[in-house]
Amino acid sequence: MNRAGSSETARIDSPVLAEMEAPDSFLRHAWNQLRKRKLALFAVCVLAVLYTLGIFAPLVATHDYSETNLAKTEAAPDTENWLGTDRLGRDIFSRVVWGIQTTIILTVITILTASVFLGLALGMAAGYLRGAVDIITMRTGEVVAVVPDFLLVLIIAATVRPRIKEFGYWIEDNTPISGVISSGAVDYIVLGLAFLPLSWFGAMRLIRGQTLAIRDAPYVDAARSMGVGTPTILIRHILPNVITPLVVSVSFGMGAVALGEVIASFFGIGVQPPRPSLGVMIGDVTARTGSAAVETLRSHPEQLLSPIIVVWLMIFCWNILGDALNDILNPRAR
Amino acid sequence: MLIYTSRRLLWTPVLLFVAGLFIFSLGSVAPGDPAELMAGQRADPEAIERIRERLGLDDPFLMQYMRYIADALKGDFGESYRYRGRDVFELLGPKLRVSLELNLVSYVVTLVIGLPLGFWAAMRQGTWKDPTMTTIMLLIYALPVFFTAPFLILVFALWLDWIPVSGWSGMFSTHAVLPAVTIGLPGAFVFMRFMRASTLDVLGQEYVRTAHGKGMGHMTVNRRHIARNALLPIITILGFSLAGLFGGSLIVELIYGIPGVSRLALEAVFQRDYPVLTALTLLGAGMLALANLVADIMYSVIDPRIRLRS
Repeated sequence: MNRAGSSETARIDSPVLAEMEAPDSFLRHAWNQLRKRKLALFAVCVLAVLYTLGIFAPLVATHDYSETNLAKTEAAPDTENWLGTDRLGRDIFSRVVWGIQTTIILTVITILTASVFLGLALGMAAGYLRGAVDIITMRTGEVVAVVPDFLLVLIIAATVRPRIKEFGYWIEDNTPISGVISSGAVDYIVLGLAFLPLSWFGAMRLIRGQTLAIRDAPYVDAARSMGVGTPTILIRHILPNVITPLVVSVSFGMGAVALGEVIASFFGIGVQPPRPSLGVMIGDVTARTGSAAVETLRSHPEQLLSPIIVVWLMIFCWNILGDALNDILNPRAR
Repeated sequence: MLIYTSRRLLWTPVLLFVAGLFIFSLGSVAPGDPAELMAGQRADPEAIERIRERLGLDDPFLMQYMRYIADALKGDFGESYRYRGRDVFELLGPKLRVSLELNLVSYVVTLVIGLPLGFWAAMRQGTWKDPTMTTIMLLIYALPVFFTAPFLILVFALWLDWIPVSGWSGMFSTHAVLPAVTIGLPGAFVFMRFMRASTLDVLGQEYVRTAHGKGMGHMTVNRRHIARNALLPIITILGFSLAGLFGGSLIVELIYGIPGVSRLALEAVFQRDYPVLTALTLLGAGMLALANLVADIMYSVIDPRIRLRS
């Protein structure tokens, strides 16, 4: 019946009741609101499809990503190669799917360490403890923010990568662990390191702001006066309140880091072939020059468009989702 | 005012010094002895020793950095490893100029499209036009330049034959049009969003209602009370938004064949020409810090609330 729907709206619209909602209904509240926005729902669906494809790449891919077929190069899409083949006769669909996986691994590593771990810990520490901790983290952030994003990626790729590669070889030589280099771990670590300085500060600043806003709330004061220790206050009272800015910044960060990976790999300083990456695919077919890119766009658009549309959708959908979550979860906007 | 400005003025050099230390140390973790890299493969130990001596490579790290900064302030960023005997700044200078020009034109494109659109969308809040325009601009924002660049070349240079395909002859020539649109158009979304939010803030202010109430014309209220106040907070992000431009412009330079820093920077990565990379990053940081400083001071001049609060 329709009544159920209307009473639900009334419940959310009433500020008193909304505040009384138990923390465990937070996700349900977000999901209910999200469902009402068609565009955001579309974004969630697209991302779900893309991420499923990427995570299950070994099952979804119809071919090996590096298997060449010189008898069938630059073929148009058909039933065997769903998106056609590239210059070396490699299956484009399989390469795109594996490329998505590469992007997913990298974004998750970076966002987990930068936004979730560093952003959360430093943001709460700076906002709650203030004083020297606050000043040092904020000033450090300012220093990092003044270095142009991509130049930082370039310099790290040039200087830190060989070091990490040496370390990878050292591990292979001196421990029973093997396959460190061929797993692409070096690429992930280097890119992760390169994106780290770019991504932690944004999340940290948001979380710090939110922490500052609630650190003197009556219930936090009450907890303090009862002798509750700082770690407990941070986890029990501050953490649940800073989840919102964290979720929003993670959502925006996912798209940004995905694009960063693609750009770095396009230039040949990110993920290294034969590991598949959307950026490597784009770099391959365009040969990083305008004339080749235009030529590909004219003669074999599927070779250029397949990876590009995936990147496009990813960035678009993460932004739409971030916007929607910001509107839904932001207490000021609500 | 004086206190605020002087505090910013004092902080910026410190900021740059620390950022420079960070960049310089990144440049120094690279494997290989700079002296050996410079001397080449078959140099005798004595020649390498001479280079070490000349560059002061045996000095403590901080001292090397201090010397680097002191030289950099005089415009000397050391010698390229790759192009032996060539001054880094002399290599970078002309290319950096082209890149700067390109980014400047793109920035103008971004602002000219983004700000009016944001205002336009905010005035239509609640109608279908506002979310539609926002979504369209977000679609353009998310579109990778790998596609926009060849697509624009295909349409405007090859099919319509309006504009030369590639090359560069200064920021005021038709060569600049396509690259500037390729870089600038996606960025317009960011400014559109800021401008929209800031306009909505102003729309709810009492002085806007007062202006309407006393019978002022709509156009006058829009221009004098709404647009002008909405633009104020935008100034603060002018500086920082420059940081993101560079990534896009490097790709665009490659695709359009513009003789900017892009190719040199990539070559430097692959050929381990660390002094070039360090200098480029340091110069980039310097320009960004300067842009922020100017934006901050401009903001405090225009909006008295900022300088009075501190």
